[in-house]
Amino acid sequence: MLITCPYCGARDVSEFTYQGDGNRQRPAPNSQDLDAWNDYVYDRLNPAGDHNEIWQHSGGCRTHIRVVRNTLTHEISAVQPVRPETKPSPVKPAGRRGARP
Amino acid sequence: MTSRRTETGGRIDRFRTIRFTFDGASYTGHPGDTLASALLASGVSLFGRSFKYHRPRGVLTAGVDEPNALVTVLRGDVREPNVPATMVEIHDGLVAESQNRFPSLSWDIGALNQLAGKLISAGFYYKTFMGPVIGPLQGTRFWMFCEHFIRRAAGLGRAGKAPDTARYENMNAFCDVLVVGSGPAGLMAARTAAEAGKRVILAELDPVLGGSANWSGETIGEVPAADWAAEAIRDLQEFDSVRLLPRTTVWGYYDGNSLVALERVGDHKERFATDEPRHRQWTIRAGSVVLATGALERPLVFPGNDRPGVMLASAAKRYANEFGVLPGDKVAVFTNNDTAYGAALALKNAGARTVLIVDVRADVSADMRAIANELEAELLTGHAVVATEGGKALSGVTVQPFQAATGTASGEARNIHADGLLVSGGWSPAIHLASQAGARPEWDDGLQAFLPPQPTRKWTGAGAFNGAFSTAESIAQGVAAGMAVSGGGGQRFEPPAVVTVAGDPKPAPVLEIRADGKSFVDFQHDVTADDVRLAHREGFVSVEHLKRYTTLGMATDQGKTSNVPGLAIMAAALGKSIPEVGTTRFRPPFAGVSLGSLAAERFGDLRPERLTPMHDWHVEHGATMYSAGLWHRPQIYGDPGETIEQAYVRETRATRGSAGIVDVSTLGKIAVQGPDAAEFLDRVYTNMFSTLPVGKARYGLMLREDGIAFDDGTTWRLGERDFLMTTTTANAGKVMQHLEYFLDVIWPDLKVAVTSVTDQWAGAAIGGPNARKILQSVVTGTPVDDTALPFMGIVHGEIDGVPVMICRLSFSGEMAFEVYCGADWGTHVWEALMQAGKPYGLVPYGLEALGTMRIEKGHVTGAEIDGRTTARDLHLGWMLSKKKPFIGSAMMDREGLIASDRLQLVGIVALDNRPLSGGAHIVEELHEGNPHGSIGYLTACCYSPSLGKYIALALLEGGKARHGKRAFVSDPLRKRFGPVEIVSHHFFDPEGTRMHG
Repeated sequence: MLITCPYCGARDVSEFTYQGDGNRQRPAPNSQDLDAWNDYVYDRLNPAGDHNEIWQHSGGCRTHIRVVRNTLTHEISAVQPVRPETKPSPVKPAGRRGARP
Repeated sequence: MTSRRTETGGRIDRFRTIRFTFDGASYTGHPGDTLASALLASGVSLFGRSFKYHRPRGVLTAGVDEPNALVTVLRGDVREPNVPATMVEIHDGLVAESQNRFPSLSWDIGALNQLAGKLISAGFYYKTFMGPVIGPLQGTRFWMFCEHFIRRAAGLGRAGKAPDTARYENMNAFCDVLVVGSGPAGLMAARTAAEAGKRVILAELDPVLGGSANWSGETIGEVPAADWAAEAIRDLQEFDSVRLLPRTTVWGYYDGNSLVALERVGDHKERFATDEPRHRQWTIRAGSVVLATGALERPLVFPGNDRPGVMLASAAKRYANEFGVLPGDKVAVFTNNDTAYGAALALKNAGARTVLIVDVRADVSADMRAIANELEAELLTGHAVVATEGGKALSGVTVQPFQAATGTASGEARNIHADGLLVSGGWSPAIHLASQAGARPEWDDGLQAFLPPQPTRKWTGAGAFNGAFSTAESIAQGVAAGMAVSGGGGQRFEPPAVVTVAGDPKPAPVLEIRADGKSFVDFQHDVTADDVRLAHREGFVSVEHLKRYTTLGMATDQGKTSNVPGLAIMAAALGKSIPEVGTTRFRPPFAGVSLGSLAAERFGDLRPERLTPMHDWHVEHGATMYSAGLWHRPQIYGDPGETIEQAYVRETRATRGSAGIVDVSTLGKIAVQGPDAAEFLDRVYTNMFSTLPVGKARYGLMLREDGIAFDDGTTWRLGERDFLMTTTTANAGKVMQHLEYFLDVIWPDLKVAVTSVTDQWAGAAIGGPNARKILQSVVTGTPVDDTALPFMGIVHGEIDGVPVMICRLSFSGEMAFEVYCGADWGTHVWEALMQAGKPYGLVPYGLEALGTMRIEKGHVTGAEIDGRTTARDLHLGWMLSKKKPFIGSAMMDREGLIASDRLQLVGIVALDNRPLSGGAHIVEELHEGNPHGSIGYLTACCYSPSLGKYIALALLEGGKARHGKRAFVSDPLRKRFGPVEIVSHHFFDPEGTRMHG
């Protein structure tokens, strides 16, 4: 599985750490709504298909990214930084033309 | 035994002789031979005994699909079992053994199982050994009693016990195009892609590239096919952008076009080269994949179809053309399609006589009749073989007229002498990799085979893989696939003319001849056609259930020859068509994979080691190093002749008596900086940090979101916006990730940066009644008295010219100081402290003494913060701020987390003055013979020099309420039982007078 980090480019999944379901909504810090906390901490959609996920490029730039991954095919259809204000400049890895693969 | 080697022909090097042994007997062969071809050439027909019935078995195939001829290859004492003899290249000194026979292959006592054959049908073990009640041995117990004998009697090879000393290697590779299979289709795909400028890897599981071109006997472009292939390979070698991988089985097709392959680098050599591994595992990430994996011929299912001497027609052709070996002198052919006729022709050219062709089809084409004429063979259309004769080799076959409508044979039976029987049940494309990649195969009624679906953008198929069984079609498809993966275009291509034997590969829809006797579907697991029908009668209707109940296709060959015949029989039993029954999905690996290659470079010396800046000093001063995660830390600094316990007791006494020093560089250290740093720490710690003055440190506790304790440590306020957080050694990475997650995902509005600085700081904790005096004698630039450096105070100064940061905090319970300096100066500062401590008898101490002193003080570590305990369980409830929310505050008061019977931290004292051990249980009443009634367990134990007793920390149900009570330690595994007293976890100096000074 390859994940295209918005900052570093396409990297192997072994460089990333899964940081959980991206659909979770954390209640306000002082919320006493235990059902909402329960949803946030324990309830998961577990869809067969596209799933919003948070990954961290822990073996690279360490930023967190939002990833849409198909749980049936592992196809990744979208990647974006979690922090919206940062503007990544994608790095295109230079291929070594002519080198023996 | 008679030699079956032809006078000429084949791809073997007849000028050189190789000597090897099989079952202790010496044989010879030539370079280019496989173990199977060399033994066949020497007249060996019996290769092994079958899995269940111990029936004699020969060689069925010439390749990776071999179900019968499994051998064990030995290198010294290292055994590799279950290797197909068809995949073993012979070399001088090769030692191979047959399997599943006792006392010998020829005289096998287990063959008596054949007499009991009716009993040992599908599900035999379940029915016989797990169900019935037989006296005291019933159900599972009976199975356990019998299992030992069954495991001996049934089975394949035996695993070795000698350690495998061979080296294995892991390689990652990237390419634009991976071509799997180097037959005419694969060669053309690779060349077309290479010419289009693509980086290409071409993998071939055989030692020589070329696939069927090496043995088809065809003419391509006016030269023999093998020469044409050799030329194409030479062309490919000209490209720098092409890597050719012979002896490489692509066995797994994973997500994102990652494929895994096993390259057998050294198996064919007498000795592994010193700079080469035995096997190399390739992880290949390919832009696109061309699957040119060819097709596998299927046997027909009829009584006696497993007798040595019965061989797939294509295998016989390959032995004749590639190895110069004849499977027999007088052979018969039994087929449902035309391709076997071509095989018989190849055998005739090599010197064998075909006496009889039995074809289930009522009529055959004029071309086939012409071939039969040319062979001078009797042609029996509308007939079937219903029995075979012979013991360890074939001596004859029985034929009968075949009724296509019922699938049975009747009428006049004839016995015909033959010493070889070539069988063909049609061809199944090798779609395994496509199936692994998620393709759902589609049934083709004409070819009676599952074909891959339309290619996806991930892979493209070519040649026989697609059901294109002629070489001319394969070449055209190879070129087309090469163009497709290169983005279209490319040069115009003039396909070479192919001269071949006429014939239609479409078989009659007949895979089984129903007649009396054992007709094998899965040769390797001894599954017969009757077993499949029995499973159906017993109610197994799903193909997945059928597979598991009969174990059809679950042997090491993964049903390469048995898949479609098994499905055909299942479908007939269900009264359905094969596509209605469906096929099972193929899973990796395509062929056997060595465990060594999977483990390659993932253990041992390639695991990183983390050493503290003072590591060399510790080692030079007699420290016994202990690995804690990746870190190496001193366990004790033992004097000669000292036990571990004597050493840590001495180190502890010296520290509590005067002064000791310990390396704490391994603690996780995170710089938390920014305008919102204090606010951030208030949110992640249960207690308050925004109120912490600059120049002070505070002990902090973190919870997880679910309210369970996560990690603890001190955090130092170095400036208004600048904190240095310390974490436990083990959790440093997890805490860092936790902080980054909250800053990135939950609170992106907080202006905080976190930086791991663990490796930038060296740390030494010096403690004991004389610790301050030592510091006073060596620290310059700052006083370290009680006013300048109160408990939890921080000062900056110098030690021997090196800037240091000193915080007065204590884990040992003594008056203690943590001295931090730049990592490169760690040893320098450490040595200066040691020098300054000389007058006070300062000792370095290790993890054991550190642990002893923390147990005496009742401080918690990862043994107690184990992911199940709450702050209150650990008596840290006082740290849970009520003034602010923090991570975990919402969930920590749930009823299960505040129940009164939760395990709570207590102290334990052994009343029998004997050592305790971690993990031992505490019980209220002792039952040594029938241990039960645990109320908790020990988390950490030591001998306490301060108390003169063996003590422990424990997590105990309703712990605090039990203070002062007696109980028992119950440790049945280590036979340690005895009385204990439950006490407070603060064993030593509970008021903290020593550390406050």
